[in-house]
Amino acid sequence: MNLLFPALRFQVMTAYEFTDGATAIVRGALDAGCDFFAGYPITPASQILMMMMAELPKAGGIAMQGEDEIASIGMCIGATMTGARSMTATSGPGISLYSENIGMAIMGEVPLVIVDVQRLGPSTGGATTAAQGDVQFVRWGTAGGYPIIALAPSTIAECYTLTMRAFDLSERFRCPVFVLTDKELNLTRNTVASEDYVRVPVRERQVTQEGAPYRFGGNATPMELYGTEVVRFTGSTHDEEAFITKDPAVVGRLNEHLRDKILSHRNEIELLDIDRDPRATTVFVSYGITAGAMREAVSLARARGSHVSSVTVQSLWPFPEKGLLDAFEGIERVVVAELNPGLYVREIERIAGSRQVMGLQRIDGELISPVQFLEFLP
Amino acid sequence: MTVETYRNESAYPFCPGCGHGSILDALDEALVSQQIDPAKLVIVSDIGCSGLSDQYFGTSAFHGLHGRSLTYATGIKLARPDLHVVVIMGDGGTGIGGAHLLNAARRNIGLTLLIFNNMNYGMTGGQHSTTTPAGAITSTTPAGNLEHPLDICSTVGVNGAAYVYRGTNFDKDLPERIVEGMPNNTFGKRSLIAAQEELGLASGVLYRREVDEYASAYRAAAERLRGSTPLRVRTLVPESTSPLDRAVNIMVAGSAGGKVRSAARMIAEAAIRSDLYAAQRDDYPITVKTGHSVSQIVLSPRAIDFLGMDRPDVIVVLSEEGRRKASRYLPEMKGPVFVVPEFADLNTSGTVSVFDPRSAPERVGKSELALAMLSGAVVHEGLLDADVLRKAVSAYPAFAEKNLVAIEAGLSMAGVN
Repeated sequence: MNLLFPALRFQVMTAYEFTDGATAIVRGALDAGCDFFAGYPITPASQILMMMMAELPKAGGIAMQGEDEIASIGMCIGATMTGARSMTATSGPGISLYSENIGMAIMGEVPLVIVDVQRLGPSTGGATTAAQGDVQFVRWGTAGGYPIIALAPSTIAECYTLTMRAFDLSERFRCPVFVLTDKELNLTRNTVASEDYVRVPVRERQVTQEGAPYRFGGNATPMELYGTEVVRFTGSTHDEEAFITKDPAVVGRLNEHLRDKILSHRNEIELLDIDRDPRATTVFVSYGITAGAMREAVSLARARGSHVSSVTVQSLWPFPEKGLLDAFEGIERVVVAELNPGLYVREIERIAGSRQVMGLQRIDGELISPVQFLEFLP
Repeated sequence: MTVETYRNESAYPFCPGCGHGSILDALDEALVSQQIDPAKLVIVSDIGCSGLSDQYFGTSAFHGLHGRSLTYATGIKLARPDLHVVVIMGDGGTGIGGAHLLNAARRNIGLTLLIFNNMNYGMTGGQHSTTTPAGAITSTTPAGNLEHPLDICSTVGVNGAAYVYRGTNFDKDLPERIVEGMPNNTFGKRSLIAAQEELGLASGVLYRREVDEYASAYRAAAERLRGSTPLRVRTLVPESTSPLDRAVNIMVAGSAGGKVRSAARMIAEAAIRSDLYAAQRDDYPITVKTGHSVSQIVLSPRAIDFLGMDRPDVIVVLSEEGRRKASRYLPEMKGPVFVVPEFADLNTSGTVSVFDPRSAPERVGKSELALAMLSGAVVHEGLLDADVLRKAVSAYPAFAEKNLVAIEAGLSMAGVN
């Protein structure tokens, strides 16, 4: 033991990694038991595809490069119905092509993890530039308006943890779960203490053989999988046996089920990282890559004697209304920072009541810096 | 127990005169002759009249999106090669899902595809499809179809499908042809593309060839990868300390192919070994394979939350391309700028130090220049210790020898050896 420097962190032999979010997501997926991946090359998500193509065969899984994004997500859905744990990864333009199948995964109640490594849009946009412009797109990106779940890691270690959590939630709720990152989080390397990779439990798939692939009642029920019994699956409006129906009583129960199985259980999904200063009247709210700058801004502000709270939103959808309102106790002003033209701030405005809500946005391809937050403090 | 029919009790919904029902009867007959376990058989359909088919069978079924049935079937078969997968598409699916059709033929997943070709979109009101004959009047070709019809069977045939049969719903031997095209066992070598009537085109068995089935070929290939090293992330344990008390942002600007990124990584790993935090952002070339030419490294005594790279505190310029990339920062630069001799009179307000590779004891090659210059710069600035740099590169034995030479060259150029 070095008695001269007892407080130094190397004394506890912490091991560090110099790594990036793409690697953390792949590790999270492998540790969550992902055994099927299909994707199509797209900057800045291709690193995930390439790593999964290399790693899954070694682990006994299957990884495919589809002929396009539509094929890729389709393969994932088909594989999941045999019992596979599936993941795909793309960027905004790929989400556009996933759109219809996202709806089918919702309707068919298919667990599926979809990683969206966001880049600057619209259209082809800036393929190599970070952005957070898909935050509403993933929520409303398919016809019908039914809910999905979306998580947003803000550090490399969270990329690992929240990918595992995404698999768990997809099993719990039998639905697509998005993991939203961006070019910088995916590809910029940073120093991560090995102990910061927090494993979370991923539940086993609940399987039944009752002869009814669906049960409508506002709670996700066990799945029936191909291979051991006759199982029907459909993306059309259906009854509990997966036969197409137009009976309003059945149709209503199906669609209420698709809504309620997620929205009635939001307390199981809500995830916020709240850093509260009891004397603060201003709270910063952010998510993903921008939350890193926010946390640094909070340190800088406190170092100079300012009082400010912050909330990192880790579960973007369903909108974590309850936790945010708790965090807004005693707050007069909410500053919402994001790399888009002001997309998530509208959700905050909806619940903020008489509080002043201000947006901090950046759409020039650069990241919001800590200094930009400080401008909102007296 | 013998299965006498795979049909359920429901009557077909098709229009009078439609051939879809008789193809499905032929499918049923084919399945009965093979006595496939209904639980091990998945009928995958999509949209259109043919897409209703799965509801009339007592087997497993997957009813998906228009034109995408082959994609779901591919996922099912890849994950469970022991299942029998029969895909049913209409001619509409060969348009909207044409890419999947081509690639399924090329890939040769062991599945059986039946295309019910009635040469128009029947369900939605008789619009023209990929197979509508030229000149035909449909609800969307009021002056006659101006397009040439797709020859589905030839297309999949020339693209590698193992078995292709074209016939009609009237063919007495259709059940036998369907059986013939089924993958002959779990790890069979064939897949089937069968099409219903196409006027004026060759019929019968058009292609038959031995092709490896993809799902089993994948497993054979994966077996060869088994046991190779799984994803492993190198861990670094701090072994010395650094006096650095603030974050320092270093930009290294060179040319693609100059190992800029790996040199930056060595500096970052040396910093972590020195009990610092490091982050590295590389520029991202539009064409990835040309290589990265600019990296920014942040070294900090505290964890780095902000991954944006503000104005650099130190710039290292290796080439003209690098100078151009760094030019937005050079004029107002406050800190040191390290350059090779050709940029000695660079337009910058920073303090220019010229490192001359010719002054190094050994020749510094193009691919060692980045590490040499960076090593010289960080030691010159007192950011890192030379020893820890040597340790960092020694952790990569394949490159250690060249990298150690580069470090010594850098220290020599910087006059700190």
